[in-house]
Amino acid sequence: MNAEPEVAVAAANTERDPDQAYVRITHLTKKFGAFVAVDDVSLDIRRGEIFCLLGGSGSGKTTLLRMLAGFETPTSGSIFIDGVDMSTIPPYERPVNMMFQSYALFPHMSVEKNVAFGLEQEGLAREQIRRQVGEILDIVKMGTFAARKPHQLSGGQRQRVALARALVKRPKLLLLDEPLAALDKKLREHTQFELLNIQQRLGVTFVVVTHDQEEAMTLGTRLGVMNHGRIVQVGTPTDIYEFPANRFVADFIGSVNLFEGRVRDEGVDYVRVDCGELGATVRAERAVPCAPGATVWTAIRPEKITISRSKPPVPAGENLVHGTVREIAYMGDMSIYLVQIGSGRMLRVTLPNTLRGADRPIARGEGVWLYWHGSSPVVLTE
Amino acid sequence: MRSRGLFAYVALALGLVFLYVPIVSMIVFSFNYSRLVTVWDAAHSPTLKWYGALAHNGQILAAAWLSIRIALIAATVAVVLGTLAGTALARFGAYRGRLLLAGMSTAPIVMPEVITGLSLLLLFVSLQQLIGWPKGVGAVTITLAHITFCMAYVTIVVQSRLAGFDESLEEAAMDLGARPFKVFWRITLPLILPAVASGWLLAFTLSWDDLVITQFVAGPGSSTLPMVIFSKVRFGVTPDVNALATILVLLVASGIAISTVWMRRREQRRARDERLAAAANL
Amino acid sequence: MRLSQAAGRRLVAGIPTAWLLLLFLVPFLIVFRISFSEVRLAIPPYTPLITWHHGSPGLELHWSAYRFLLTDSLYVSSYLYSLKVAAVSTLCCLLIGYPMAYAIARSSPSTRSVLLMLIVLPFWTSFLLRVYAWIGLLNNNGVINNVLLYLGVIHHPLALMQTDFAVYIGIVYSYLPFMILPLYANLEKHDPALLEAAADLGARPLRAFLRITLPQSYAGILAGSLLVFIPAVGEYVIPTLLGRTDQLMIGRVLSDEFFENRDWPLASAVAILILLLLLVPILLFQRVQGRELEASK
Repeated sequence: MNAEPEVAVAAANTERDPDQAYVRITHLTKKFGAFVAVDDVSLDIRRGEIFCLLGGSGSGKTTLLRMLAGFETPTSGSIFIDGVDMSTIPPYERPVNMMFQSYALFPHMSVEKNVAFGLEQEGLAREQIRRQVGEILDIVKMGTFAARKPHQLSGGQRQRVALARALVKRPKLLLLDEPLAALDKKLREHTQFELLNIQQRLGVTFVVVTHDQEEAMTLGTRLGVMNHGRIVQVGTPTDIYEFPANRFVADFIGSVNLFEGRVRDEGVDYVRVDCGELGATVRAERAVPCAPGATVWTAIRPEKITISRSKPPVPAGENLVHGTVREIAYMGDMSIYLVQIGSGRMLRVTLPNTLRGADRPIARGEGVWLYWHGSSPVVLTE
Repeated sequence: MRSRGLFAYVALALGLVFLYVPIVSMIVFSFNYSRLVTVWDAAHSPTLKWYGALAHNGQILAAAWLSIRIALIAATVAVVLGTLAGTALARFGAYRGRLLLAGMSTAPIVMPEVITGLSLLLLFVSLQQLIGWPKGVGAVTITLAHITFCMAYVTIVVQSRLAGFDESLEEAAMDLGARPFKVFWRITLPLILPAVASGWLLAFTLSWDDLVITQFVAGPGSSTLPMVIFSKVRFGVTPDVNALATILVLLVASGIAISTVWMRRREQRRARDERLAAAANL
Repeated sequence: MRLSQAAGRRLVAGIPTAWLLLLFLVPFLIVFRISFSEVRLAIPPYTPLITWHHGSPGLELHWSAYRFLLTDSLYVSSYLYSLKVAAVSTLCCLLIGYPMAYAIARSSPSTRSVLLMLIVLPFWTSFLLRVYAWIGLLNNNGVINNVLLYLGVIHHPLALMQTDFAVYIGIVYSYLPFMILPLYANLEKHDPALLEAAADLGARPLRAFLRITLPQSYAGILAGSLLVFIPAVGEYVIPTLLGRTDQLMIGRVLSDEFFENRDWPLASAVAILILLLLLVPILLFQRVQGRELEASK
């Protein structure tokens, strides 16, 4: 059994402020002709965290990643990594390594040679290279495949080699481009946890680009949601999910019931919104900066809504609405109910199937009451 | 749908016959006893007498040797220059002077050889007047001329190979710390080597076989094989040329056959490896 | 030696550019310059460009070469003849080569590689020898005549050599791979599902071909045709070995003016005029080449 590998740089400088920005991106813009791929992005990434850039295709996340790697030159703005300005530094001199979406393993080299390539560029002694390559291959559990060539490996194996190759130089920053996209579901879960494991063990700072929210929520310690080249919101997965900053984020992450409305009144710890389409007043127990009469949107997550046949004892017209169950989707662990309310809109409600074979489960066509706690709705001003 | 396909296949068959009848006829009559290349002398044929004559024909042998030497040098230099040009055109994006290189790289392919030949000879004459070199036309000027028109073909081959090449491999190498030249030398070149090799073969064949340009830039002392053959056949058919042609066809055919078999073998082995890996799964 | 990326790039692009400038572009300028001279019994055998009168330079341009070329019917007819021969040969090449390329593109992958190899193999053998082979076939006592006489189809040998027909055969034969390969490369990319969709919608095979396959293959047709037409205009070997003696193609004319008559200025003028005639096709070819490479990225 090998000794513990060299611990990552992170642990050494504990006197540094752990929250200080390790990667500082300031007003970064990238234009391709008239098309603005990345629009004035400013971002801080902390040492040792896993930062996920989440967005659809065309959101600019990959371009941002490539600028971190050095494959694209910014049109304006700057990138500082550990205090060093990267603008004049080409990719082969940056303390950054990347795991490509297609893995980009060198087809004419064995696994061992692939992983050793980066170390060879540093001019290390052959013995030391072999040792470090062996260590990292053991960490990713590919030690026995060292002599194989990439075409002799399966998809999951290739990915682990790509990861090993990117990690062996203990870079300050590891960039991952859609790391789980090419894997099937079972493998994806397994790999997600392996990635987390390895990251914890080595303490390398990860920046992950993905379009898959599940991936982002599982992997990321913090997320940055991107849309049309701009960062729309940055926060922990909980922040993003429970407190989306705007409609785009609310809709992009998970499912949500979104209704437009007018502010009726507001106070120091609440806001009341009249939502026409909902046919009810939504009372959110959180202060939101808005004026009475202003147009806002309320967002309620499906799992926060309760369904009941009997009318619950809550003040009428507040956080309560009546509707008819139109569709039920049974997912095994939970059920999704589509309930049609007076205005014709559908509300999406999810309930876990906590009781097996509950008697008289709610059926299609039944009239039901939907209600939610005041802490559930999020009021969005944009 | 059937009839459409049939017409094309018939055309293909006839076309292949059209392509090979002259070659086959040349080969057959190389074994003909009579000097009359096109009348089969059944009494004394087949015979190897023309092959014997060929082996003793000093002029042809010397010319062949010169052609091979020139072709070896020309092909090698053309491959280097063509790879440089192909890399610049495929990888450097738009830069000042790119259009010039692109134009000059592809024009020799279609340019009528009489024009290229004339222009190169006039260049050498002017250079001689200006700086006293080249002292006269000969093997050196032939080689320079061949390099120039051969590199155009290599450029196209390399450029199109690089265009279809996965750039993420080169990016990965740079990401891992390799400078651009290292990337080319250790990653790109090994992987485009088959294309470069075929470019070399192409350049070799074109140089070895060239007549028109060579005639312009050759001197009295240097006769390449095509020049010797041309002067012989202008005045009629000569069977030792048939023998030469047969040897050539056999060489080329066996070369192509060997390389095809070898590549097929490699492909099969690779496909088998991939299947095994996928089956093993994780 | 650590070069900056910019310096390295300049070197990589600069070396072939410099070579081609010196050995490809500059020679054309020299040809251009000499076409404005007059022939002279001297070394070099043409008049100088800059002459000195009383200490100041003057440009000495002679237009006599061009005047001669454009007024003498021999040269004009030679140009026109060359264009005609090249055009007819290109058309024949296309008519023969297209079905062949089509058949190859529709074959199974393993047959395809064998067929492509068969098409390309003649190309790797000597061009000169293959043209020479046709002498043996087309001669008055050649194989074709002997076979036809033997079969009794004809009673006197056909005069096949030294005719336009022989030149067409020679050009088509030699340039056929140049027509087939670009056509094949284009046809191979066609989506067979389109033809199936057309059949599904009721189109007969011929119609489907004319309306779907043919238009998509225009780029391949253009590339192949240019690859045959442009060099064919200036062909020298084929008309010399197989062609007419009473009407010369322009490549032969250039060579004769240079080697036989030692009239360098006239030969240069011939070359420049050929270039002018072919300028548009050459530029067109470069355009098509560029687009093909962009598409394959």
